[in-house]
Amino acid sequence: MPHDVSNTSASHSNASGLNVTVLVSVGRHPLTARARRADQDARAVEMALTLESTSVNLLHAGQQDSDHEAAIRGYLGMGIDSVGLIEQKPQADVVPALAKALRASASQLVLTGTRAETGEASGVMPYLLAEALGWPIITGLAAVEKIEQGTAVVLQALPRGKRRRLRIRLPAIATVDSSAPPARQSAFGPAKRGVLNLHQEPSEIDEALSSWHIQPARKRPKRLKIVKSSSARDRFKAAAAKADGGGGQTLSDVTPEQGAEAIFKLLKEEGVLR
Amino acid sequence: MLDTLLPILLFSALALAAIGAVRRVRLWRQGRPSSVPVIKGLMQVPRRYLVDLHHVVERDKLISHTHVATAGGFVLAALLAIVVHGFGLDSAILAWVLLAATTSMFLGSLVVAKRRSPPPSRLSKGPWMRLPKSLMAFSLGMFVVTLPTAGILPEGFFQSGAGWLAALALTGVIIWGLGEMFFGMTWGGPMKHAFAGALHLAFHRRPERFSNRTGGEHRSTGLKALPLEDDTAKLGVEKPADFTWNQLLGFDACVQCGRCEAMCPAFAAGQPLNPKKLIQDMVVGMAGGTDAHYAGSPYPGKPVGEHAGSPHGPIVNRAGGALVDAETLWSCTTCRACVEECPMMIEHVDAIVDMRRFLTLEHGNTPNKGAEVLDNLIATDNPGGFDPDSRLHWAADLNLPLMADKREAEVLLWLGDGVFDMRNQRTLRAFISVLRAAGVDFAVLGNEERDSGDVARRLGDEATFQSLARRNIKTLSQYRFSRIVTCDPHSFHVLKNEYGELGSAETPADYEVYHHSTYINQLVIDGKLAFKAWKGGSVTYHDPCYLGRYNGEYEAPRAVLKALGIEVQEMARSGYRSRCCGGGGGAPITDIPGKQRIPDMRMEDVRETGADLVAVGCPQCTAMLEGVVEPRADIKDIAELVADALVIEAPAEKATQSKPAPAAPRTVEEVMP
Repeated sequence: MPHDVSNTSASHSNASGLNVTVLVSVGRHPLTARARRADQDARAVEMALTLESTSVNLLHAGQQDSDHEAAIRGYLGMGIDSVGLIEQKPQADVVPALAKALRASASQLVLTGTRAETGEASGVMPYLLAEALGWPIITGLAAVEKIEQGTAVVLQALPRGKRRRLRIRLPAIATVDSSAPPARQSAFGPAKRGVLNLHQEPSEIDEALSSWHIQPARKRPKRLKIVKSSSARDRFKAAAAKADGGGGQTLSDVTPEQGAEAIFKLLKEEGVLR
Repeated sequence: MLDTLLPILLFSALALAAIGAVRRVRLWRQGRPSSVPVIKGLMQVPRRYLVDLHHVVERDKLISHTHVATAGGFVLAALLAIVVHGFGLDSAILAWVLLAATTSMFLGSLVVAKRRSPPPSRLSKGPWMRLPKSLMAFSLGMFVVTLPTAGILPEGFFQSGAGWLAALALTGVIIWGLGEMFFGMTWGGPMKHAFAGALHLAFHRRPERFSNRTGGEHRSTGLKALPLEDDTAKLGVEKPADFTWNQLLGFDACVQCGRCEAMCPAFAAGQPLNPKKLIQDMVVGMAGGTDAHYAGSPYPGKPVGEHAGSPHGPIVNRAGGALVDAETLWSCTTCRACVEECPMMIEHVDAIVDMRRFLTLEHGNTPNKGAEVLDNLIATDNPGGFDPDSRLHWAADLNLPLMADKREAEVLLWLGDGVFDMRNQRTLRAFISVLRAAGVDFAVLGNEERDSGDVARRLGDEATFQSLARRNIKTLSQYRFSRIVTCDPHSFHVLKNEYGELGSAETPADYEVYHHSTYINQLVIDGKLAFKAWKGGSVTYHDPCYLGRYNGEYEAPRAVLKALGIEVQEMARSGYRSRCCGGGGGAPITDIPGKQRIPDMRMEDVRETGADLVAVGCPQCTAMLEGVVEPRADIKDIAELVADALVIEAPAEKATQSKPAPAAPRTVEEVMP
């Protein structure tokens, strides 16, 4: 059965202009563990909805059960007619299925949260997907400023409120974290009426994952930060101090070779490469 | 001439009125269907008018008498005029009665005219300003034209000489009078209120509100459930035509007296809401057009004439500029002061919640913190987003009996979401000490309790309300208890009046629910509590809307205060006219700005009584009133006042235990330098 995501996922607004696909996952409330729309994914949907003259498609790969369905419907409640649902087994690696669906679609921009709230939640999925598709990836998207002639001008969020303006070639994958604008309210009526376009796809079982033993994280005691200070000014400084990353260097106006050299050196120093 | 002209005028006015009536009925029938007992309803009109409606009107004695004279005189005069002048029945007795009726109507219209010179701000001007003159025209015209029939003027007076001129003038006056009173009644003139009002009473959406001969309480304040099962149905009210037809009829009955406006806390605070204007806007929407002809007070800060609508056009636009702005709907505290005050028994709060339901359930547009609170209610079953397993953390030292352990108890104590609020925890502690002092067998649900759903429902999120309510009902159905007691009037109202509709055959949800003030009063009457003498200063009492207006409990809190030896210094607005604290209906969550804050106005009411302390019975009221900057009166819940005054006779053995133990030698001592 061929899968054409752009056919099965209905579009949000007029089909002219850009085709944006948002990958959505099932979230988990931090206190009660109830399934919900994932916060970062919802922000990605919000960002897609605010883009002008764009058709927005939602895509989810995962199991299909009532809990998950309620969570996925949370995205539909933001004012979207349908979501494409690629059914996968619980232990499946969803990257191949997603890559296949995205390749078949006419999507030029793929948005998703930085990290899922359930499952492995390693945050690696967007990278693997970008690798599989051969598309560039940008992280920490804060805003899309302009899209023209196959490139997008975007703002990337950096720590402590800094923003960096980037120009990226489309198609591309962009991840959204909590520096993006918060998601709009999910309304009950549209969520209930929205359509789930279900299609089967063979699941590629993630062998490594199935051999893992997964258990809830143990709560670890937090190290107390002892502030030795005599004055209010010192205490304020300590409270407001920025976390020092230490070290590091900024390279500018270097050739790609020099840049790669520097990165390679750093990775060796940090023990990432041996 | 008049003998032939008068029947023609009368019957053509009646015919035009009949055509207008059909047109008006068709306007109402644009609404959604709603089945009502037609004949039974129409039969009830006299009683509903003379007893229930008059009961409200009578709060203003002068206007009540004026209305009896004018309306009674008019109805009688109109009927007799049809008989005497329309059918030409030449009866001196009937003519004398007709003279008396028109005299009564004329006297009434004099008072109406006096009230409108100058009109108070709450009254609408425009066409309403000519109504007293029209009443006079009808009554005077009918009076003079009847004089020959009654034998006071010679027969044929109007056919002779100067009589012709008089007849001509008289015809003009009568045409004016008939035009206003018959034609205007169904074609949208001020007299529309009589026609629509009578039918509104007959087909009212809440027939339970009206008394019957058996007596008893007649109150219907619980919101009606919205069916959510139908996947295609639109939820809530988007367009005027989405109201049920009898709701539209109710809006049309509005007489624009502005009593609602005078009582509305949001209007007084300068928030963009005026209940009268809202109802008039619904009429504008039903008939189509703009609000430019509205001649009363506008929504504060919103000029008249900028909004327009049609029966099948949206009431609220995302961008604004439709019939009503969303912030108007979100300003309401659902305090029901307007409904309580409305002499036409219009249901403003129902309409507002219906429109909010659309905004929340279909648009997903609950303002400010609304979306966050609803998300919290969905994810954590409480509006603050606290861990639902921490509901009893505040009571770690109280050793509260849990329903899960006991399975049954005399009293199920419903704690409410106040458990997460440190101020309300003091109230709950106080009430628990009262229960223990009275030896009441009680238990709490603990972590099994959820938000009652009140705030979700008032914010229009019927889905979350029903989900919470159904799960609460399921939990409650596992245990046996005689009654539920709660310190929160909002939970009290919802459990008592709104859960019933959601119960099923296996899990009925008809509970006997008490507010803690009522229950304490019961304990006092049963002699289970003993109090010290009151030593504090003067005290006033603030009636919570959801206890008073919603449930009619004005007496028990006052009786408890009296038992404590407190003489309540009543505020000017107390009892059924109590002013809202501003905390209801999700108003603190949607937080629509105004010129001043509602709780500030309420504390000003308190200050006027000179009281040092204001007794309250609601966690919302406590929070809102305590948020007012000092200097102000102290705020204490009734439970706290009772707990402070308790005289607890400790059992003998316990008393010995609590004596200070003999000083044991300490193994570790602090070394003092």
